[in-house]
Amino acid sequence: MEPSAKVDTQPKPRLIVRLGIFLASHHILFSALCCSAGIIALLFLPSLAKNTYLSENALIPGSANPLFSSEDVTEANKFIKGIEAAAGESRGGMEMSKFIVQQMKDLGAEVCYHEFLPHSKHFHPLKFFTSMTNDLAVRPNGTYSNSGTNTIGIIRAPRGDGKEAIVLVTPYNPQRVQANEVLSLALGFSVFSLLSRAAWLSKDIVWLSADSQFGEYTAVSAWLNQYHNPMFVGGVKHEPDGIAEKAEFTDFKRAGTMAAALIFKVGETRNYGDRDSVTMYAEASNGQMPNLDLLNVVHYLAVHRQGFRVNIETISSLLSSAWLRAIAEVIHTLGSILRKINPDWKLDITASDYVEGTANLASSIYNQALGVPTGSHGAFRDYQVDAVSLEFSPTFYIRNENAKSSFLVRGGRSVLTGLLQA
Amino acid sequence: MMPPSTARRLCFLSLLLLLLLLAAAASATADAAAAEEFTEELLLRPLPDRKALAHFHFRSSAPPASAAGRHHHLFPKAISQLVQKFHISELELSFTQGRWNYEQWGGYDPMSTNNAKPPGVELWAIFDLPLAEIDATWKNLTHTLSGLFCASINFLESSTAFSAPRWGFKLNEGNLRYGALPREAVCTENLTPWLKLLPCRDKAGIASLLYRPSVYKGYYHSQKLKLKSSQSLGIILDQTLTVVLQPNTVSGKQLHSTGGQLQPSWSMEHLFSKKLSGKCLVSKSSRVFVEIEKGIVDNVDKAGSDVSSNNDLFVLSTAPDRSLKELDNLEVQSSSLYEYDVNNYNSDKPLNVGITWKLPLIWSCTRAPYHASRFLMGSGNERGSIAMSFLSTGLDKQLVDSSNDCSIKAVVFQVVPWYVKVYYHSLEVFIDGNSKAISEVVDKIHVTPSEDKLLPGTMEMLLKFPCSMQLATLTLDFDKGFLHIDEYPPDANQGFDIPSALVSFPEFNSSRSYPEADPLFVSPLLENFKEDGVVKSYTEVLLVPLTTPDFSMPYNVITFTCTVLALYFGSLLNALRRRIGEEERGLKKAGILNKRGLIPLLIAKLRGQKVDPSESESTSPASLPRSKLLLKVVFVAVVAIVFHYLSNS
Repeated sequence: MEPSAKVDTQPKPRLIVRLGIFLASHHILFSALCCSAGIIALLFLPSLAKNTYLSENALIPGSANPLFSSEDVTEANKFIKGIEAAAGESRGGMEMSKFIVQQMKDLGAEVCYHEFLPHSKHFHPLKFFTSMTNDLAVRPNGTYSNSGTNTIGIIRAPRGDGKEAIVLVTPYNPQRVQANEVLSLALGFSVFSLLSRAAWLSKDIVWLSADSQFGEYTAVSAWLNQYHNPMFVGGVKHEPDGIAEKAEFTDFKRAGTMAAALIFKVGETRNYGDRDSVTMYAEASNGQMPNLDLLNVVHYLAVHRQGFRVNIETISSLLSSAWLRAIAEVIHTLGSILRKINPDWKLDITASDYVEGTANLASSIYNQALGVPTGSHGAFRDYQVDAVSLEFSPTFYIRNENAKSSFLVRGGRSVLTGLLQA
Repeated sequence: MMPPSTARRLCFLSLLLLLLLLAAAASATADAAAAEEFTEELLLRPLPDRKALAHFHFRSSAPPASAAGRHHHLFPKAISQLVQKFHISELELSFTQGRWNYEQWGGYDPMSTNNAKPPGVELWAIFDLPLAEIDATWKNLTHTLSGLFCASINFLESSTAFSAPRWGFKLNEGNLRYGALPREAVCTENLTPWLKLLPCRDKAGIASLLYRPSVYKGYYHSQKLKLKSSQSLGIILDQTLTVVLQPNTVSGKQLHSTGGQLQPSWSMEHLFSKKLSGKCLVSKSSRVFVEIEKGIVDNVDKAGSDVSSNNDLFVLSTAPDRSLKELDNLEVQSSSLYEYDVNNYNSDKPLNVGITWKLPLIWSCTRAPYHASRFLMGSGNERGSIAMSFLSTGLDKQLVDSSNDCSIKAVVFQVVPWYVKVYYHSLEVFIDGNSKAISEVVDKIHVTPSEDKLLPGTMEMLLKFPCSMQLATLTLDFDKGFLHIDEYPPDANQGFDIPSALVSFPEFNSSRSYPEADPLFVSPLLENFKEDGVVKSYTEVLLVPLTTPDFSMPYNVITFTCTVLALYFGSLLNALRRRIGEEERGLKKAGILNKRGLIPLLIAKLRGQKVDPSESESTSPASLPRSKLLLKVVFVAVVAIVFHYLSNS
């Protein structure tokens, strides 16, 4: 009797320990189970996601009156003509930035040039953890042709205290001017000119027309680096260059702390779809994302106010894949059954929406996992500034004047209203 | 017993005495009224960037307290009580919205040095008290002012918000306190109490021009109250309001373009939507000035005409009563003033001064020797640096001959809140792209390091720059601190403000004198222009993003902690109460020890262990109630689903 009781009580461990042992001994089974549960949850995500969530921060998007009028469009058209003439005049690209500076000055903005050298692509294992500040400020003698020139205009908010600034970025390549880049500059200009007349601004507005001959990212990050980590040793004294006016504008000008940044450009003409579309890019380096309110507001305004079609990047192969469509059907039927049980559960979405949502999701996951920024907004995120890239894709042929005007109106409005909320 | 006649005589005498007393009192009050004075003045000036500046100046003065007693005729009682209670010898309080544009609106004239103020509220006071009592008095003063002016000046009460500069702000013996609130929004609720201090409020006189929509539509507006009190002079209260307005005659298109276009013409009616119909009756003098800057005067001279109210370049809509010319130290006329006496105008013949331009004109204001600006460097939530840059405006080249050892002095005064922990030893100086030793540039420095939650960091520096310098930059590193959850202000995610720094150039004096033949002509506004006018400029307010917690976090923490505590408490109580040994013995006695639970049985089955036949005996009778239980559960679930379905459809 005595020994048998000992055998019964002694080797029996506690329940939690026994469960642990059990899990450990069947770890392959359990990991497979968890993994598949994760994938199923992920597949359910597009149908579970609410359409557009707006947090209170963004108050009432679109409540402001769109001020962008046809007058601004005629201004912008004038600007396009001027800049095309300037681009035709010189191959060096200096004429274009001179023209932009002149236009900005006429609007009463403070103007400056920022010269930079292309970021060397070499990988320095020793410098990996230190920031590379030196390689941009120093300029080797005599190599003028190698440097890019950003043009910066700053509107000081009349009644503001100048603590904060919003940055607008329009990239263009002065070496090889294209119609869509000119259009994006014109869009930037018209928005800038409208804001220069606004007395209600509370934040300063900075317009950076970035010289993208070495890539957009390089130009923007060089400017941001100069803004946040300037070098005071060397590089300050410029010998008077060939251009006389330029010396006047070489002092680097600043506004306050950056609150948000908006990069907008006009893409190539795309012929699918019946509406002009806006493509949003938000993924920055190491999978960082800006404040999602910024994305949601832009999305909301573009869709509900301006009738743009908003694209978010997708993985196109997923759009046509048969298996995803099959899953979509399954989820659709499952959703409709669930809906019959309780009409409040809105889980059924149409198969095509589901496929698109999944493709968006997959692309976003891919970009965030890859950790490579999808545009120059990545440079802003490195300095904890919320930024989003908008690429407008018109459906018309870019040389068409009338279509251009109406496009400018809508583009301008959407950018502006987006800005107001930022 | 007294005869009736004597009684009557006594009565008469006392009556006489009373009358005499009354007369004396009346004459005394008449004397006091003569000593209490009020003057109102307005100065208008066109600015180079198509705007107009209006500067209102009201002065009330009271004789020394002993002479007047406790009653006043014109002087606001609230202010005299304030002065007496807190023993103030000087005080200045300013409310400002917008930034003064030192490039366009001038940085080297009495207007910019005295009336350009940092955004928000700035308050400083000099007390006539023993040093030990000053801090306590300051705290009471902030509360009183906050009540008087409807503003949150009481936030300056905390010792983290004010500082005691010795020489960087104003030379004193330790009895000066300085505080600034850069985030304070200024609006009409601050203007109304300020107007209440005027004898005519805004019902009559120059103050009646203060039409609120046009004042608050302006590009800059700064309302200031300056007090001076001494035993010999009594109290002098200067109230000024400086606004920069956009004349509304231009359409939006012309707002900025400067080249080749006529400056906008404006008049009082354009600026304030009102004309001036007479003075405030109790005021001793009431004047309007139009000031024409040196830049315009030079242009007029160049055009070959005389600087009068009607010349080749511009014409003033009303002929002035008098014109004054400023003379600088070289006896060259620099700017001119046209004076209008409001006495000569009434509601039938209102005053509406304006300026009409005849020719397009571009001129610029004189600027301070260096344009000082301040900015933040670095990114991230851990550390950063404050940089201050001095960019030469080219003025020094005109004023000082550039010999080798000449230098220009600049005084920097900066207050930094404690959560921005500045490392003052990390001060670096760069001049024209070369790093300089600190001893070469810094002549004198006085630092009060910040103490966590107790004291802000204060820095006063006397710098000496070589005359040939183009650009100097000073940098200071700082660490960002953490705040307690209660200490975060509303909208903490926006960031935290560092108040403006003050840069003054002690070698440059902006005071202006107007030699005037008439000794009876006394204008407090021009007196102020004549007073010490060391060139000063305020830098920008900085916004430092600090780490902010997720503000829902405390609630999460509370919930989580409570859950953990409840679990811990429950299990502890269980462990304490149970006597395991006894329970097992009792079970064994009952013979139920062998009966196992469902889960161990399942585990055993999964592991492929053979269930003991002795145990299987005990399980078979138990399996019947278990399946019954299962049936019950399924039944309830089905009923629930059916009910739900029916109730919804």
